[in-house]
Amino acid sequence: MVSGGAGPVGGAAAAGLLVPLPVILPLCAAGLKLAIGARLERVQRFISAAVLLAVLVVSLLLLVAADRHGPQVMFAGGWAPPVGIVLVADRLAALMLVISSSVTLAVLVYSVGQGLADNDEATPLSVFHPSYLVLVAGVSDTFLAGDLFNLYVGFELMLTASYVLMTIGGTLARIRAGATYAIVSLLSSMLFLAAVAMVYAAAGTVTMAQLPSRLDALPDSVAMVLQIALLGVFAIKAAVFPLAAWLPDSYPTAPAPVTAVFAGLLTKVGIYAILRTQTLLFPGDGIGDVLMVLALLSLLVGILGAVAQTDLKRLLSFTLVSHMGYMVFGIGLGSPAGISGAVFYVAHHITVQTTLFLVAGLIERRTGTTDLQSLGGLARLSPLLAVLFFVPAMNLAGIPPLSGFLGKLGLLRAGVDDGGALAYLLVAGGTVTSLLTLYALTKAWNVAFWRAATPEMCAAGTVLESREEDTPEEGAGDAAGSGAPTGSTGPGAGPPGRHPAAAGGWPTGGLSVLMRRRVTTTFGGQEITTTSSLPASMAGATAALVLFGLAFTVLAGPLFGLTGRAADEMLARSPYVEAVMQK
Amino acid sequence: MTTGSIALVGCGGVLFACGTALLLARPLTRIVLGAVLIGNGINLLVLATSGPDGDAALLYPGTSPRTMSDPLPQAFILTAIVITLALTAFLATMAYRAWQHSGNDDVPDDTEDIRIVRRATYAEERERLRAAYHKRRLEYRALARSEEEREARERSAYERLGTARDRYRQLRRRARADARAFRVRQARAEETADEIVGEDDPWQTILGADR
Repeated sequence: MVSGGAGPVGGAAAAGLLVPLPVILPLCAAGLKLAIGARLERVQRFISAAVLLAVLVVSLLLLVAADRHGPQVMFAGGWAPPVGIVLVADRLAALMLVISSSVTLAVLVYSVGQGLADNDEATPLSVFHPSYLVLVAGVSDTFLAGDLFNLYVGFELMLTASYVLMTIGGTLARIRAGATYAIVSLLSSMLFLAAVAMVYAAAGTVTMAQLPSRLDALPDSVAMVLQIALLGVFAIKAAVFPLAAWLPDSYPTAPAPVTAVFAGLLTKVGIYAILRTQTLLFPGDGIGDVLMVLALLSLLVGILGAVAQTDLKRLLSFTLVSHMGYMVFGIGLGSPAGISGAVFYVAHHITVQTTLFLVAGLIERRTGTTDLQSLGGLARLSPLLAVLFFVPAMNLAGIPPLSGFLGKLGLLRAGVDDGGALAYLLVAGGTVTSLLTLYALTKAWNVAFWRAATPEMCAAGTVLESREEDTPEEGAGDAAGSGAPTGSTGPGAGPPGRHPAAAGGWPTGGLSVLMRRRVTTTFGGQEITTTSSLPASMAGATAALVLFGLAFTVLAGPLFGLTGRAADEMLARSPYVEAVMQK
Repeated sequence: MTTGSIALVGCGGVLFACGTALLLARPLTRIVLGAVLIGNGINLLVLATSGPDGDAALLYPGTSPRTMSDPLPQAFILTAIVITLALTAFLATMAYRAWQHSGNDDVPDDTEDIRIVRRATYAEERERLRAAYHKRRLEYRALARSEEEREARERSAYERLGTARDRYRQLRRRARADARAFRVRQARAEETADEIVGEDDPWQTILGADR
């Protein structure tokens, strides 16, 4: 479908050829993996990681090129813009690509670790990896799309993959949650297609670079209808308040890496689309006040929902809904500082929210539950886990000097600069939300990590390491039905030779026995080995994301510079339009 | 706008309306059918955007682009049809899987909705219990108050009794002291009388113990 086109002028000629790679590479890898099937597990894992690493490198190169030489453009098949498919990487798109590819790479490493530890029963390699790569391709495509219909196709790529990932394994709970998610997404996609048709009917084109001049020529009322139609669609995707009810119900049931990448990326794709349409297609603050009111409601309702939750994953889902309000607030302000703050906040929030969901997955793995009422004493059980939770939690709540604070500060300052009554109201609402986030997360911290361990925690709190069958002929039947008493997820035959020598039977000595020890017991005709240490690659990937989140704090100055330039570029509109339409 | 376009728009609108009605149902299969109808309705609307009908958009010698219909919406529709087909297949599979699990394919209520409903019933129950409790407590308080009053009366009576008793005891003490003093005086008087008797009575002196 896509082939290399003419590159832009000057030293950036090579960069133009890089533009389609973030879409093509994962798609090709997904096809390759589907062809390979369930064989060559090591090679497949290597391919996935290598492809995502390549996407990350390409995204970084694109960011540098877009920042130095302006938007990078690729014409598919060499067709000129009004007809052909255009992929555009300006500063905003390239920055989003860098963040998303870093996050997806980390989540892939985490899921590989989980798959290795679970022996790939819970998330089969032959299903998970291709879907995941298609998801990555879809996300990249939405960021790079140069016309509304390609944006729709990118959304569909992403959503179709996400339906598969959401219902992976086909358990009852996931089917139930997936039904809600799929129906809402399907409806929003159809409305999106209708909105694209309306735009085409009104303006005669769907190329984003051509639309500004055509839309400016339309009567205000028609433009307003188009704007509201597109905004409504993207608000569903971005889970902005009145259209967010689907999110907390569907995300928590999916596997941890899936929830993490959904929470981090999918909603931000909606925000990206809102940013793009509000700045490029419908500039001016015709609807800014409405966005600000929605942002305020989103902030407050979301965080009040989070305060009421007793399950960690649901709590995080509600904070996700709440914090979408910050980004919508920045977009609603419409000023360069507001847009810049929103972009910074998107970058920060993708990383932090993904990290927190990964940590929730680690907690589930360590203890078998994320229900706050039955958690306790984790700080003593697993200090590493405590640190991994505490840092991003404080980052999300916005404790200085972390990037959550800087992002909120940027947005609130933009609100104060705006000076309107509504802006001041949102500044107050944003502050209250930040404090309530701190309250909700501190409550979770106190209950899960700080208080003494609950009685049942002594019995749980082990991670399945390997499982060997005593008698192969009887073990096969048991493996399917018997859940390990540890609360770990994946039954399956472990590789031979990893059988550590350890005492038999369940420990009776309480916490001290469970700390850093392997225990082997016989259950259902199988030898099950459990350990209390977390799989290294899962903890490593989470730690890498925590550090990535902290890097935003250290590099906040240059990053704010970049987002400021991106905001200027977006609000000026002409760099984007000229880069696409010139040739 | 030609009659063809009006037919397309009208048909699309009807499909959209029917699809919306189906989408509001519980069973997933109905929702799938609704999605199919809406998808087709939107495809017709997209087709209507290509304007009046014209020649097929094929470039071969002798065709003029002026008489062609706009091919771009048709390309959109082809893509959309493929996507809708894939999603329909997926949703149908999901409905089948839900049926395998639980014997129906109804889409359940939102967890948060269920929680709120439960909380509402819980709140009603709590209100009822609280009202009953208030009533009981008022009764108890009234009872306790009468109890208290009775106690207070008893106490004051007891106190009054106490003062009377104290007065009585004081009087008795005084009386006893008086009596003791009287007896002492009497005894002393008797002693002295004895002495006097002893000294004065000659018979005593004479008879002594034999008296």
